[in-house]
This record gives sequence, structure tokens and C-alpha cells, in this order.
Amino acid sequence: MNVVSLSPFDLALAALLILALAGLSWRLRIGSERQLLISAARSTVQLVLIGLVLKLLFANAHPLWVGLLAVVMLAVAGREVMVRQKRRFVGGWGFAVGTLSMFVSSFAVTVLALLLVIGTDPWYAPQYAIPLLGMILGNTMNGISLGLDRLTQDAAEKRQIIESRLALGHDARRAIADSRREAIRVGMIPIVNAMSAAGIVSLPGMMTGQILAGTPPVEAVKYQILVMFLIAAGTGFGTMVAVGFAARRLFDERQRLRLDRLRPPGA
Amino acid sequence: MASLRLQHFATHHVGPLAVSVAAAECVCVEGASGSGKTLLLRAIADLDPHRGEAHCDDVACSAMPAPAWRRSVALVAAESQWWSDLVGDHFEHGVDAEWLARLDLPPAAMTWQVARCSTGERQRLALLRTLMHAPAVLLLDEPTGNLDERNTRRVESLLADYRLQRQAALLWVSHDKGQIGRVAQRHFVLDQGQLHECGRR
Repeated sequence: MNVVSLSPFDLALAALLILALAGLSWRLRIGSERQLLISAARSTVQLVLIGLVLKLLFANAHPLWVGLLAVVMLAVAGREVMVRQKRRFVGGWGFAVGTLSMFVSSFAVTVLALLLVIGTDPWYAPQYAIPLLGMILGNTMNGISLGLDRLTQDAAEKRQIIESRLALGHDARRAIADSRREAIRVGMIPIVNAMSAAGIVSLPGMMTGQILAGTPPVEAVKYQILVMFLIAAGTGFGTMVAVGFAARRLFDERQRLRLDRLRPPGA
Repeated sequence: MASLRLQHFATHHVGPLAVSVAAAECVCVEGASGSGKTLLLRAIADLDPHRGEAHCDDVACSAMPAPAWRRSVALVAAESQWWSDLVGDHFEHGVDAEWLARLDLPPAAMTWQVARCSTGERQRLALLRTLMHAPAVLLLDEPTGNLDERNTRRVESLLADYRLQRQAALLWVSHDKGQIGRVAQRHFVLDQGQLHECGRR
């Protein structure tokens, strides 16, 4: 494998592009230069840290450390889902709805892929487990936050319709069915789009990375297809679980619509 | 035979109050806007949390699954709501052609687009939609609020027949003194969260 190793100088050249962009944004008073610089700095620090963590982890492939990193990734993703909600659930539910659904779908799909598809030895081998989990988690996180956001927005907007259906004797499931269906559809749009455009419009990042690092294209493509399917499954099942869970949580034991369980937007 | 009985019934703004509506009786409630008339009806339909108990035919609200309670004790909201494009989609069990005619609606009303109906047409259709479930108790929130005089009388007459034929109990929120005089056997004013009975007829 003939990987061209990147020197800090090479990266600094790329960073100049970001600085130029920030400068232009400042000049044109677009106002996003601060956010741009902070997020660029954040991603550098985060990626360097994860690189060091992975280096350590690859050297000591103990299931406990792999599990610990997985839990940290899950918790961060759970927080991200929560803060992206315009109307999140009050109390611990705001965090729990997304986190539990991601746990169920992403972890199950990753473990399934490691055990049955890739068949690494040991199955928790961090070179496979962590990147795979990361990709599935990252995409599932997007699907779930879009789906939940749509559901709670829709429920708040259609409050009168939903309550009018309840008043006609529909049960909670039926009264919110339209909103739930729509929310799941919205949550799955990004991954469906990504799959349709893969290879024609966009070369997916994982595959590109592998090819840049010297893997034969056909091998890289096979992994990309695998990862794509795993991501779609993780996102789809995760969104369904999260939206279903949230749709239930919007009603109480007497099947009343309880929008007071959501924080008002901007609060 | 159906009656509605409230005991120690209280919501955030209303009560605690005790009131009952006998089978085949119509009780009207009036009160200034903001006095909580709608909130009271919503709580009786168990759409809002409440304390105390409501009974329909001596069966407690809490002893019934919520959807079954709401089919028996049906709220007709002041503003009708529709979730599908066609009127007919909202009538699972079809519609009684005679009732349609009595409210001056043609049989073709079932094929109408909801968006093209007037507010008054929607209000009458929403009432029929609820009546088709044959509720034992009707909670009516200004059911003629958007109707002209002729259609108001039509709705009053249909509801009177429904009440007598099905021995249904009606709790009717109205602003119109004339209407209260025509339809109610008893009549209350909701003020400061309490119901005050006005002179019996």
C-alpha cells in the first residue's frame, strides 16, 4: 500500500482555505466566520483526540475499552439529538428518547455486522467496531433528530385535529398515525437520497478515504455497499423506534395529548 | 337511558363542582369568555387532566378505556377539525341521509372537499360526524356558533329529537339567551369556576 503520508504543513495549507473563507465571510458581513472557525477548531481537536484514542485502543483491544468508547459516542450522539430538537421532551425524556433508540438500532446493527457479516476475530476488534459504529451512529443520529423534530412540531401544529380525533373515540395511536408516518418518512429522506446518489453524484467519504489510502477500488466499493446498507438499516429502524417511542410519550395513560411534556420552542 | 354525573369534578380553572344531567335532559351553560366553559367540556371528555369523577350511566370515567368513554361522552368542539381532504373520509359508518336532509345538506355532501365547505357547512357536518357514533352524552360547545337563524333552528330541532329518541343527555354551551330558552330544561352560569343555576323553568 502506497499511502502518501500527510505532513502538518499539508494540513496547514488546507487550513488556509478555511481562514480565507472566514475572512471573506467577515468581509461580506455574513456573520458565520466565528462559527466556521470554532467548528473547524473543534473538529481538528476532536479528530486528533480520537486518533490518539484509537491508536491506544488498537494497541490494547480489550472489550471493556471498546465498550467504554462506544458508550461515550452514544452519549454524545444522544445529547446532539436532544439539542437539535426545537421542542424537546422535558426532563430526562429529552435525552432518553433519542439515546435509547440509537442504542437499540445502532448497536444491534453494528454487532450483527461484526458477528455475521465481517466476522472479525475477536468480534469487537476496534479497527472494525469503532469506525462502523461511528458511521452508523452518525447517520442514525441525523435520521432520529429529523424524525423527532418533525413529529413534535407536527403534533403541536395539529393539536386541534389530533384532539378532535380523540374526541371521536380514536385511540392515541390512530389519532397521531399521520404525523408518525410523516416523521418516519422525513427521518429516512437523507439516507435514501444518499443511497440513490452514491457513486453517481457523490463518492461516499468512507470509500474515498479507503481509495486514497491505497485500497483497490472494488474492495472499497464492497465495504461501501455494506456500510450503506448498515447505515440505512440503523437509521430506518432507529427512526421508527424513536418516533414510535416519542409518539407514545406524547399521550398519557388516559390517551390525552400532553404537549406540556414538550418544552416550548426557544425556552 | 343515559345520564351524566360529575362529582367533586375540578380542572385547573373550574370546580370543584357537582352537577348531573339526566337522560333526555338538556342543560345549558353560559358564561363570559375565559370563564372555562370549553375547558370544562374538554375535561369531561377526558381530554384534559382533572380531579374528581365523571359518571356516564353510573359507569365511572376512570373505569372505562379513554376512547370508549369519549365515544359515549362525545365532545363537539366549537371549531370543527378535519384531517382528510374529502368529507366522506371522516364518516366511517356512513351518514344518516335523513339527518343530512334535516340540516339542509345534500347527499352529495359526502363527496365534497373539506377545503371548499363553508364554516357553517363544516360545523353541521362535524355535528353529524359525532352523532353517527350514537353517543349517550353530548358535550356541545356552541354548536350553532357559525350558523344563520334557519340552520340554527334546524340543528336545535335535530338535537332535540336525538335527545328524546336516544334518551341522550346534552350539556350545551351557548351564548344566546333565546337559544337557551328554546333548548334547555335547566341552565347554569359558569362564573369564578363555579356553576350557578338560574331559575328553573
